[in-house]
Amino acid sequence: MSAVLDNLPIYVTGLAWTLLLTLIAGSVSLLAGTLLAAARISPVPLLRAGGALYVHVLRNTPITIVFFFAAFVLPQLGISLSYFTFAVIALSLYYTAFFCEAVRAGINAVSPGQAEAARAIGLGFGQTLCHVILPQALRSVVPPLINVLIALIKSTAVASAFGVAELLSNAEALANAESNAVLWVLGATCLFYLLLTVPAGLLASYLEAKLVFNS
Amino acid sequence: MSATLLFDHPGPRARRRVWLFNVIALVAAALLAAGCLYALHQRGQLAGELWRVVLDGDFLALIGDGLLATLKVAGLGMALSVLVGLALMAGLMSRRRWVRLPVRGWMEVFRGLPLLLMIFFVYLGAPALGFELSTFWSLVIGITLYNSAVLGEIFRAGVVSVHRGQREGGLAIGLTQAQVLRIVLLPQAVRRMLPVLVSQLVIILKETSLGFVIGYTELLREGRTAVEYLGGQYSIPVYTAMAVAYIALNLVLSGIAGWLERRLR
Repeated sequence: MSAVLDNLPIYVTGLAWTLLLTLIAGSVSLLAGTLLAAARISPVPLLRAGGALYVHVLRNTPITIVFFFAAFVLPQLGISLSYFTFAVIALSLYYTAFFCEAVRAGINAVSPGQAEAARAIGLGFGQTLCHVILPQALRSVVPPLINVLIALIKSTAVASAFGVAELLSNAEALANAESNAVLWVLGATCLFYLLLTVPAGLLASYLEAKLVFNS
Repeated sequence: MSATLLFDHPGPRARRRVWLFNVIALVAAALLAAGCLYALHQRGQLAGELWRVVLDGDFLALIGDGLLATLKVAGLGMALSVLVGLALMAGLMSRRRWVRLPVRGWMEVFRGLPLLLMIFFVYLGAPALGFELSTFWSLVIGITLYNSAVLGEIFRAGVVSVHRGQREGGLAIGLTQAQVLRIVLLPQAVRRMLPVLVSQLVIILKETSLGFVIGYTELLREGRTAVEYLGGQYSIPVYTAMAVAYIALNLVLSGIAGWLERRLR
């Protein structure tokens, strides 16, 4: 117990890095994922094919391998960045595919009549998407997006194996230092992660129930 | 809604525009590929001898061992996760609150934690409780703890989606709750949840690569060992081979699922 309370600052710093990692990688991949989703439903066959290829490759690759490519292969090409930046790159590349699929599912959930009406009054693809489809898709897409975000929070733990001093990495160091209180140290780490993931999960299911009720 | 609903069948002008965008996308992709290849060439990464390593006998033997170790963890992890997941689902469907609530709490906790933390918990926590666990079992138990909670929720959603007349009919002909679940509801639910189930099994296969972190010698760790032995300049060919191996494995898994799905229909 005291092993946890005495080292609270270490946990909090780790938590801050975990949050920062989530925030940056989450914003980048949400943006890139939305663009990729637009490419996957566009009238241009090559863009559709390229988007589908990216999603299929990344979704079938373990995130650990994506980290390998960011942390071990990029330096081989003469790109030297901090461990944190490599982790952001790996998480963003990987989660772009998942955000893309969540957004695409949301777009597919919009009633077809909306798109047909938009086309009937003469809107082009870009206008249909930006003014009619996306604003409505945003509603049904929020719960799945939160679920992807929760997966992202959990995946940031992998960065601990690649030199980033986030929550799990700090906890591991603590567990090695306080070898007679390993269970306390790791148990407290669980609590910190649950502090992030459980409220997010509750928010997702609350929004989902609300949206289902409305429609 | 299919993608084609978002745009009309293209007329002559739109066809020209689509064609133009196709060319632009092609040129952009070609430029990107050429840039990457040039950057690789500049650093001598395209040299034939670097890439020939993926066909080398010793390397292939190493990868074969790694693949086998990966498949062992994945197979055992999948089987245990499905079994425990079914048990958790049965607990969730129980009519007794004192069974249902703890099971729900257990699942919420284990779904909300990073898998890597759970693997560490098992690996580092077991000695604190006075017994040693191998990296293999730490990995399997960690994977099972996490994925059984996820699968339990998938199973529950599947069973709930079966029309309630099926359950009532089963009860009416005198089956017990457990029998209804096993004989009537589950067989029908399995067909519906097969796609989600398989994508979760693919996730399990991918997660075995976390074994590399605690030092279990699976596919990825063997690749890392090969690179450490051969030298850093070999990292691109070796890791590309690893990625291809995982993607191929997952495609095989998805292919089997697709075949199974067609047969069940």
